[in-house]
Amino acid sequence: MTDERRVLQRIDEFRRRKPRITDDQRITSSHGAGGRAAHGLVEELFLKAFRNPLLEPLEDAATLDLDGSRLAFTTDSFVVSPLFFRGGDIGDLAVNGTVNDLAVTGARPLYLSAGFILEEGFPIKDLRRIVASMAAAAERAGVQVVTGDTKVVQRGKADGCFVNTAGIGLFEREVQLSATRARPGDAVVVSGPIGDHGIAIMLARDELGIETDLSSDTAPLTEPIALLLDAAPGTRCIRDATRGGVATICNEIAQASNVAVVLDELRVPVRPEVRGASEILGIDPLYVACEGRFVAVVDSVQADAALKALRTHALTESATLVGHITADPPGLVLLNTEFGGTRVVDMLVGDPLPRIC
Amino acid sequence: MRFVDEFRDQAKAQALSAEIAALCERGREYKLMEICGGHTHTIYKHGLEDYLPETVTLVHGPGCPVCVIPTGRVDDAIRIAQQDGVIMTSFGDLMRVPGSTGSFLDANARGTDIRMVYSPLDSLKIARDNPDKRVVFMAIGFETTTPSTAMTVLRASREALQNFAVFCNHVSVIPAIKAILELPDLRLDGLIGPGHVSTVIGCRPYEFVATDHGKPFVVAGFEPLDVLQAIYMLLMQLHEGRAQVENQYTRVVPWGGNAAALDVIDEVMELRPTFEWRGLGFIPHSALALRERYAAFDAERIFDLPGVRVADAKVCQCGEVLKGAIKPWECKVFGTACTPETPIGTCMVSTEGACAAYYNYGRLSRRRVRVGET
Repeated sequence: MTDERRVLQRIDEFRRRKPRITDDQRITSSHGAGGRAAHGLVEELFLKAFRNPLLEPLEDAATLDLDGSRLAFTTDSFVVSPLFFRGGDIGDLAVNGTVNDLAVTGARPLYLSAGFILEEGFPIKDLRRIVASMAAAAERAGVQVVTGDTKVVQRGKADGCFVNTAGIGLFEREVQLSATRARPGDAVVVSGPIGDHGIAIMLARDELGIETDLSSDTAPLTEPIALLLDAAPGTRCIRDATRGGVATICNEIAQASNVAVVLDELRVPVRPEVRGASEILGIDPLYVACEGRFVAVVDSVQADAALKALRTHALTESATLVGHITADPPGLVLLNTEFGGTRVVDMLVGDPLPRIC
Repeated sequence: MRFVDEFRDQAKAQALSAEIAALCERGREYKLMEICGGHTHTIYKHGLEDYLPETVTLVHGPGCPVCVIPTGRVDDAIRIAQQDGVIMTSFGDLMRVPGSTGSFLDANARGTDIRMVYSPLDSLKIARDNPDKRVVFMAIGFETTTPSTAMTVLRASREALQNFAVFCNHVSVIPAIKAILELPDLRLDGLIGPGHVSTVIGCRPYEFVATDHGKPFVVAGFEPLDVLQAIYMLLMQLHEGRAQVENQYTRVVPWGGNAAALDVIDEVMELRPTFEWRGLGFIPHSALALRERYAAFDAERIFDLPGVRVADAKVCQCGEVLKGAIKPWECKVFGTACTPETPIGTCMVSTEGACAAYYNYGRLSRRRVRVGET
């Protein structure tokens, strides 16, 4: 074995160790970025304190068995800045985000809660606009907001308006979707062009002086996911590609299933505006957040059926096969680059685009 | 996408790869250094080594602006940011560079206000919007970014902004190349020259590499085909027994550089007698400071700074990596104690750092092209 190989093996062992969280550390923006630091915080602090079999899988939603009914339960908080952007606002983001965390488990989202943390001085006009778009998003997604809470903090103690939503969904079909179920040979599907939301938010901040028609992709994914599961019951796992983007989801799958995810850069759908802005910003669209896109790992035999079904729905009409699962090297995501080379696509470190949701 | 896709074309890469393999003499090892961290990034991000014969080794050079910042200067910057009423602005890839008491991000967690900007000019807007604060721009980089810092100072001066200053850490690439070439143990066959630095300084300043050191030097662009072509041009020079400065990046780099940009730098800044580089130590006349007439904008004159030299962590071999003496993975702490999340050295922080590029993209056993295979 060459020295380089031995080093790679040693690195792999270290990578599988959980990051240490100690009391002399403080929270940095990385802990909220959905990458390695965030995972470390969840596993070493929250999971240690709350450990139970329902939390342990750390999927997008917990699955609860109650008197013969299977429920999905999840929560998500929204601190996006700015509050309003092309294609949406914090309101529909808060509804769609929780709806999607339920939908990707295979459940039908039903009920949401809505909690508001408001800063003194926040205009009622803006709050009304946010709430109206939450109502519209809830109607579109077929869910009801059935409980809520309001808190007001002093001026300067919050940035206008933060929203938390929690949601309950009902499993109406026998599915066991999990990031641990990817197997060598499986197909990897992305439901549409990636990175629209993150770049739209970035451009809405107007720090870059770039103008495009790009809109956030925020949308409820319940319907296309139902179509996918009808057409491809052999679907192993679905994840919505929010913070950390497609790259982070693929890393989670690779690690949870101990397989390699191999992506083909030329197949990954990216809009020219997103690609252009990413090139200028020096970021990789694979890491840019989406709010209405998912990654699915599907039994390769059913991949064509899955794509055909997804392409019948407006939200997933450009669903694409972007790669496949292999046995080696376990726990890693590889990219066959547009240039014809190969490289690793690792978990994100740090936060290139803070507060995008 | 125009100006991108045509420089990432697989068919062209394969053709070039075959020609490169044909130029390599059997049994001869080639060691080429890419000076610039931007090239290191391109090499790993696109998997360029997959196209190279195993006898061609790319050695990563010192041209990563974040990597060469010594710990003491990071500490000085944090000291400035800790002063009452200071907002510091910085390029994003500096935020995680470790000082002796942590990075800018850690400092922010303890109460400083260090903000990421995309351009030094953004700092002026922050200064105008916060008249009761003093905004200090942490200026780093080679000649690529120096003109924009100088322009920012000129504009602040024209606007008579009272609450803006620059903490100047700009360095110059030529003294670093000289220092590398004078290292006793490093046997390089040729150098890939920095592209964006050369848009400012042009190609003439590199002529000493060919005349004094007898090594071929090719200024290259940052798309993968640019780098592959530059490697081909270096190997062609070696094959023909030439040592010249050539320009692969003619679409951007004028041979004579950018006189207007050089004038702006000269108006605002002057060479320091000496400056510390991480890994390379003190190099005379290698960095810039603001001139006396812009003292009002010079953070080093406004604030009382410790300015002490802080030794790098003993286990850190960034210096050896920056000099091309070892490959990133040959460092004892690479990928274990030192990772992009818990960087000990700067090379693991910046996207242009050789360690970060190798860790993030390159951790693979590659099948390399064999000489004589094609």
